[in-house]
Amino acid sequence: MAVTKRIVLRFPRRLVERPIVYRLVKDYDLELNILKASITPEEEGLLVLELKGNQKEYDKGVDFLIKAGVRIQSLSQDVTRNEERCNHCGACITVCPTGAFRVDPKTRLVIFDNEKCIACGLCIPACPPRAMEVHF
Amino acid sequence: MARTIAEINEKIKEGKAVVFTAEEIIDVAREKGVKKAAEEVDVVTTGTFGIMCSSGAYFNIGHSKPRLKLGGGRAYLNDVPAYTGLAAADLFLGANALPDDDPRNRMHPGEFNYGGGHVIEELVAGRDVRLIATAYGTDCYPRKRLETLINIKDLNEAVLFNIRNAYQNYNVAVNLSDKTIYTYMGVLKPQMGNANYSSAGQLSPLFNDPFYKTIGIGTKIFLGGGIGFVAWQGTQHNPGVPRTEKGIPKEGAGTLAVIGDLKQMSPRWLVGASVLGYGCSLTVGIGVPIPILSEEILEYTKVTDADILAPVIDYSDAFPNNKPDILAEVSYAELKSGKIKVKGKDVPTASRSSYPRAVEIATTLKEWIQSGKFLLTESVQPLPGAESGVTFKPLNERPIED
Repeated sequence: MAVTKRIVLRFPRRLVERPIVYRLVKDYDLELNILKASITPEEEGLLVLELKGNQKEYDKGVDFLIKAGVRIQSLSQDVTRNEERCNHCGACITVCPTGAFRVDPKTRLVIFDNEKCIACGLCIPACPPRAMEVHF
Repeated sequence: MARTIAEINEKIKEGKAVVFTAEEIIDVAREKGVKKAAEEVDVVTTGTFGIMCSSGAYFNIGHSKPRLKLGGGRAYLNDVPAYTGLAAADLFLGANALPDDDPRNRMHPGEFNYGGGHVIEELVAGRDVRLIATAYGTDCYPRKRLETLINIKDLNEAVLFNIRNAYQNYNVAVNLSDKTIYTYMGVLKPQMGNANYSSAGQLSPLFNDPFYKTIGIGTKIFLGGGIGFVAWQGTQHNPGVPRTEKGIPKEGAGTLAVIGDLKQMSPRWLVGASVLGYGCSLTVGIGVPIPILSEEILEYTKVTDADILAPVIDYSDAFPNNKPDILAEVSYAELKSGKIKVKGKDVPTASRSSYPRAVEIATTLKEWIQSGKFLLTESVQPLPGAESGVTFKPLNERPIED
């Protein structure tokens, strides 16, 4: 069975200089799309990936990453909306490059679909009440 | 038919007033007809919830021992400077005020995470705020420095006083240039990548009383979750702009100056705003009741988004350079569909003001009236209309010569 998943990988300092991601392609036949990549000043690596492939191979690939010392989190847990602060204005809608926000035509409430979110962070400073939060 | 505000208030006191929101009245008038609807309905409630920059609040902090004269000194609330050109214990804080050490747009676009609007929100929420003041010292006010926590409940007065709110219509902002720009109308992508608007449209107070026949000085309103009043016409009040056949202004027109006791307001309806690349502000909730005094007034309140047109303005050139160019006129119905057509191009739209919150305000005000806890006031003087000659003039710059 084929799966597509978006995950956040954190590489500890000792792994930053080791090639790891390429093994997902080579050994587990996973197709990958890099959504975001950065190395913090403390040299922790952060990579947001979309992985596509066979479920079994995907599980094995993730297992390999964990054994290598990479910490893994589902992307949808990383960008959240503070429902107390969101006032459903709509400032985020056209800022988002993937269309993760849309207006319910009936209630005019802004719906956040974090399955579509790639954690680019553009909505965060564009939100006037600062309701969008990123937890990398 | 004709009815007076006194008659409506009698019905409100008896719990018998018939009230609809400005959204609900559209269908009521369609089903019953204007004549019958005007006979049956007493009040239509409006609402708007958006970033309103010319907002602020004044405070009297009480006198310290020994006394300190804030007037002519300096004062900061959570590091945000407040205006001290008043007497010894009075301060005014504007929503756009920024801490002296805020980097502003030095790294463009600046984030503007905390300013005057946020201090107002924190005070309303009942949180302690740091006041640091310095003064020059006088014989009667000898103290020169004050550092204290203050809380809204201890202040003698805490009054929201917004000198321009509730704009009757507003621009739709686009960007014709080749780079992203950061404006008070939000992030605008190059080559008309998006269009931002900011009005509650058919629910907005002044669209439902386009000639200010009921809304005037002294009108009691929903303000920031509590009760406030229209104090005056707002700054830049401009009633003489072009209007549609039904009298709806086709661009920014009337405005309201509003006032109310901050102590009875709520942080749900006064929210500090950070506008990327622009500055800090305050999102304000306002609702105005419209007494249905005649069929004519009811006719105005059945305005729909399709009846209201707004001008599309280029914020990369026409707006900053104060040029009058309008790219197109679009209706709020088109804006709310999610895209508009400008010069043959489909442009995705987004709102800056919250329609669901505007609905909530109009509904809350309706419930206050239905339950008898909110009576209407007679305005003591109408706002200047188109015939008044009041206009919104640009600055006439003149060289300073010695």
